[in-house]
Amino acid sequence: MEYLSIFLDQVYKILFLLIPVLVSVAMVVWLDRRVWAFVQKRQGPNVVGPFGLLQTIADALKYIFKEIIIPSSSNKVIFILAPIVTMTLALIAWAVIPFSATQVLADINVGILYLFAVSSLGVYGIIMGGWASNSKYPFLGAIRSAAQMVSYEVSIGVIIINVLLCVGSLNLNDIVIAQQNLWFVLPLFPMFVIFFISALAETNRPPFDLPEAEAELVAGYQTEYSGMMYAMFWLGEYANILLMCAMGAILFLGGWLSPLEIYPFTLVPGPIWLILKILLLFFLFAIVKAIVPRYRYDQLMKLGWKVFLPLSLIWVVFTASYLFYFKLLPVN
Amino acid sequence: MIAHSIFFYTFSIIAIVSAIMVTASKNTVHSVFFLILDFISISCLFIMIGAEFLGMIMLIVYVGAVAVLFLFVVMMLNVAQQKNQWFSSEESSKHIPVGLIISTLIFVELIIVVGGWKYKPDLFDINNSLELSKVSNTHSLGQVLYTDYIHIFQISGMILLVAMIGAIVLTFRKREGVKTQSYIKQISRERSDGVSVLKVDSNKGVKIDD
Repeated sequence: MEYLSIFLDQVYKILFLLIPVLVSVAMVVWLDRRVWAFVQKRQGPNVVGPFGLLQTIADALKYIFKEIIIPSSSNKVIFILAPIVTMTLALIAWAVIPFSATQVLADINVGILYLFAVSSLGVYGIIMGGWASNSKYPFLGAIRSAAQMVSYEVSIGVIIINVLLCVGSLNLNDIVIAQQNLWFVLPLFPMFVIFFISALAETNRPPFDLPEAEAELVAGYQTEYSGMMYAMFWLGEYANILLMCAMGAILFLGGWLSPLEIYPFTLVPGPIWLILKILLLFFLFAIVKAIVPRYRYDQLMKLGWKVFLPLSLIWVVFTASYLFYFKLLPVN
Repeated sequence: MIAHSIFFYTFSIIAIVSAIMVTASKNTVHSVFFLILDFISISCLFIMIGAEFLGMIMLIVYVGAVAVLFLFVVMMLNVAQQKNQWFSSEESSKHIPVGLIISTLIFVELIIVVGGWKYKPDLFDINNSLELSKVSNTHSLGQVLYTDYIHIFQISGMILLVAMIGAIVLTFRKREGVKTQSYIKQISRERSDGVSVLKVDSNKGVKIDD
């Protein structure tokens, strides 16, 4: 009975985290489409529900009732597994995100490594989907995306090292608390910019959406998918984008900390601040989608390996020397 | 403790079964996926014994990077279509003795290492300056990796670098007639380089390129 109560307690906590995440994924899809539309002087979805807020729910219902078509020459097990893997990986990473000093599902001491590991596994959903479809466009899209995600992961890893040098801990709550006096976005501003661009590439967002470039690859790895399986790819993608925004908010924008520790700001609880910061970063993601044209593939690889990697490595040397020289290295 | 053993046996059974399936499955791509499953369950086992840093690094390096490249190569070479005829042919029985000898050697080596560690615990001089029970695994690793073991760490890094350079040198070839974009060339182009005003005679035309 003791085990059962612990188990039920955990299940309750997990549901309390996952359901808001899924609902907010639906909301940010609407936000993304609205921002995109306003930039292009359109209205965007504004019919279903107040301000069109329920548009995504309506879309999801439509997907549920559509037929799932599995190509006869596909590798069926892997074809079905691919969207499940994408969706699961996008959701399990939320376990370590701290919403306040105490509100975190799993306060593990290698939290940032866990986030990095889960985001690097995200490539499997795409490769599996692209290969199992047994078709040329999905396969090309999958190969492109595998190369792209592996390249940009490297620079994200080096940027994380920059932050960790200033913190001295891999725990996400420690990272947030270390920013109590100064958010890392100010001293590490170039790294924040590179992190943001790498996050765009890591989540296959425009201008780096080459895996699903509709002009040349139809829809990339999603070409053969339909119905609920397509919707799962789509939800997983947006959950991943939100996750990268949360990661940026925690690493650079002080996580659940309020901007100033004075009276009107301290009234607002930590989770609200974190959500506001995630939304700010997501708004930037949406704006970039609307205003920047798509990169060419060789330019994308050149940017990743020849610009971002050397720049972030030099910045690691710089940060380490600065902290060492002024005796600011965290010791505990 | 019961929950601990349930998880331990679950992960180890998954690890062993998927390791067998790596060699047993007919489709090469499936083999790679079983290998990934094996890596993941092994890293879960690492996390269970408290080596959470090793487990996470295993996930990042092996699953996130190495296995992706494996998968890449296997998919690109299209070996999946061959259905491993090589293993079901007459030729295959010749390789069994060699494989058996190698696997016996590895097994004996493992027994020597594990036996030495079990019956003579002071065989390796473990750094005693740290009280391992008080700090976490990651913390203690961070304290010794760049201080006491800096030379070993740097040497292993150099070996990997040399291996990488070797692989690049072996596969590098200069290809002729490849069009590349040079940003500096594009930006430093002046109007006078690209545009010239010519006087064209009627019915004769003009030759632009030589």
